Amino acid sequence: MKRTVFPNRWLPYLLVLPQLAVTIVFFFWPAAKSLYLSVFKSPPFGGRDVFVGLDNFTALLRDREYYESVLNSFVFALGVTGLSVVGGLVIAVLANQKIRGLAFYRTALLWPYGIAPAVAGIIFLFIFHPAYGILPYFLSFVTAYEFNWLLKGWVAMTLVILATSWTHLGYNIAFFLAGLQAIPASVMEAASVDGAPPLKKFTAITVPLISPVTFYLVVVNMVFAFFSSFGVIHAVTHGGPGNATEIMVFKLWKDGFIGLNLGSSAAQSVILMAVVIGLTMLQFRVAEKRVTY
Amino acid sequence: MKVFMSLCAALVLAWPGAALARTEIHFWHAMTGALGDALETQVKQFNESQGEYEVKPLRKGTYPETLTAAIAAYRQKNPPHLVQVFEVGTQTMMLSGAVYPVYELMQHNEIKIDWNDFIKPVVGYYTKDGKLYSMPYNSSTPIFYYNKDAFKKAGLDPEKPPRTWPEVEAYAKKIIAAGGAKCGFSTGWPSWTMVENMHATHDQPFASKHNGFDAVEGVELLINREFGLKHVGALNGWQKDNVYSYGGRQGTADPKFVNGDCAMYIQSSALISGFSKSIKFDWGTGELPHWGGRYPKATSIIGGATLWVLKGKPQAEYRGAAKFLEYLAKPEQQMWWHVNTGYLAISNTAVRNLEQGYHFVKNPKQYTAFAQLTGLPPTAPAALKDAKKAAPPKPERVATPNSSGLRLGNFVQIRDVIESELENVFNGKKPVKQGLDDAVAKSNALLKEFAATYKQ
Repeated sequence: MKRTVFPNRWLPYLLVLPQLAVTIVFFFWPAAKSLYLSVFKSPPFGGRDVFVGLDNFTALLRDREYYESVLNSFVFALGVTGLSVVGGLVIAVLANQKIRGLAFYRTALLWPYGIAPAVAGIIFLFIFHPAYGILPYFLSFVTAYEFNWLLKGWVAMTLVILATSWTHLGYNIAFFLAGLQAIPASVMEAASVDGAPPLKKFTAITVPLISPVTFYLVVVNMVFAFFSSFGVIHAVTHGGPGNATEIMVFKLWKDGFIGLNLGSSAAQSVILMAVVIGLTMLQFRVAEKRVTY
Repeated sequence: MKVFMSLCAALVLAWPGAALARTEIHFWHAMTGALGDALETQVKQFNESQGEYEVKPLRKGTYPETLTAAIAAYRQKNPPHLVQVFEVGTQTMMLSGAVYPVYELMQHNEIKIDWNDFIKPVVGYYTKDGKLYSMPYNSSTPIFYYNKDAFKKAGLDPEKPPRTWPEVEAYAKKIIAAGGAKCGFSTGWPSWTMVENMHATHDQPFASKHNGFDAVEGVELLINREFGLKHVGALNGWQKDNVYSYGGRQGTADPKFVNGDCAMYIQSSALISGFSKSIKFDWGTGELPHWGGRYPKATSIIGGATLWVLKGKPQAEYRGAAKFLEYLAKPEQQMWWHVNTGYLAISNTAVRNLEQGYHFVKNPKQYTAFAQLTGLPPTAPAALKDAKKAAPPKPERVATPNSSGLRLGNFVQIRDVIESELENVFNGKKPVKQGLDDAVAKSNALLKEFAATYKQ
């Protein structure tokens, strides 16, 4: 690789400064503040911060509900990542064919990503709500089973996974499309000449060649599902029924902003940060070995 | 640039001197839609009524968001003068050390308001040691709504809503059998209507230490006792044959009543005006059903929000806040607010004036909540025309310590815990006893943590 050499000593630092500033202001500073808050107990209006050491953490580790939210997070993240990465790949392969109206399809497929999570949640509410949704109305003709996610936890979880995956699908499709188009046509043609069936071409050529993209998307989708999936859950289930859809990021928001328990909320965000950093490192260690660049 | 600067200077100089001299009073609130419009109109009326102060209303989102915003502003030493806080935040506010209690504010500014003229269950909710801490603004109480068309279809008297729970059950079964509706009744705000208010109207304690009014430490929930088990057990049993249909938290069940699925509904009295616009069928209101028997019949408790004055502003500016609160306490403002929003008018004078103006005769639905809070019979309005001649109606409900409100720390989470556990019971995940026991255990931990935070 060619090394760029800057004639001026300070220019390279100046060039990375904006990015550094953004990272410090929006990541390191809040993260440090969370770390600080997580070892204090403080009344909402402040004034008397009391150092409590690791009390906030031990209280969480003794709380059964916290483990439930961790479990929910993993179910949710795996569901969203699986669905939106596999779904994204399938749709991208279809959208990579030579079909009429391709430009329109490709654009339309990206739209859901432009929709704010809260708005997506409201759209899903209109479709799925047991009291005024259109789908339960039609389902009631087909089956007597009530998909009432206001009471049934697994239906609620399925619903938020579907809604979140849908909003994130466009992002994945865009990356997969780019990856697919980077596959040299000659390789595909050679396979066709050798008489490989389409499925074989897909598993033997496409999948390995886009593995860097897949790997990147799995990591990003996991992080997304753990951190930024708050909007849909807030709009649709609010963590319920019971605590069936209360994932870690929702619980820490609820405890901090609704419950005004800043210490516990900060401790939860520290744990969440550790979990996500750990997961990402694990993915780099384990999964990256299967990636062919 | 120079031109721009001089333009600015000219603008500043040309601005009417009066406006410059007016002290701004910042007022953060959480009212949306028609309620937000009513609030802005009321503020405008105040601003036009005098020349010294200008109240500036600013909507900060939902109740929790408004409170969080006010806390952040207070911590950064730039709080608004006034902030609207929902009733469950009362204990947090009282103990925060950040508020300028309303009674003190009024004393310091030599403004006299006769708080005895105000409806007890409303003022009592925000009073400590006989002193009022925040100014009641929008108050409501849960009432019973029913679909008169569905009643007629089942051969029931549409002018006689059920007054007991066994009647609710019998009516629901009749209505479902007659095809009047798919379900008997549903509920909004499950903890508030089915747990908090059911305990209050049956004179049962919701929490120890007089529902938390007597102390911060050692308060425990009492909802897993005989009465709580009986009521939640009944709701759970009714679910199986659709007498009761759970519809989620807050107002998510509203459509069930509005679109005619459920024939009866229990929700805040503040929804009367909204329902008047959205409901197509003939409907009425009644008092909350009662179990009768050995339980006394007590008044219900309120919900809604009050205005808190925050510390940290120059003393002179507080006079403006005091003047604004004094304005809101006037009977004519109380009446205006009630007629325009459906929230309760909370001074007895205002209620009397409304009666004399035949307001309740014309809007009998609006009377239900007053009757329930003051203990009067629910169907008084027709007789009020001749109120002076007739003997005053005899109270049917008693006001007791159990029915005068709840003062719990971490109350927002406690409500959340109760509603989660109700859902766990209703979806069959837990038996009634275990659900309520778990709700109590979790809530007690939250109460203990709250007490610990404020003790240090």
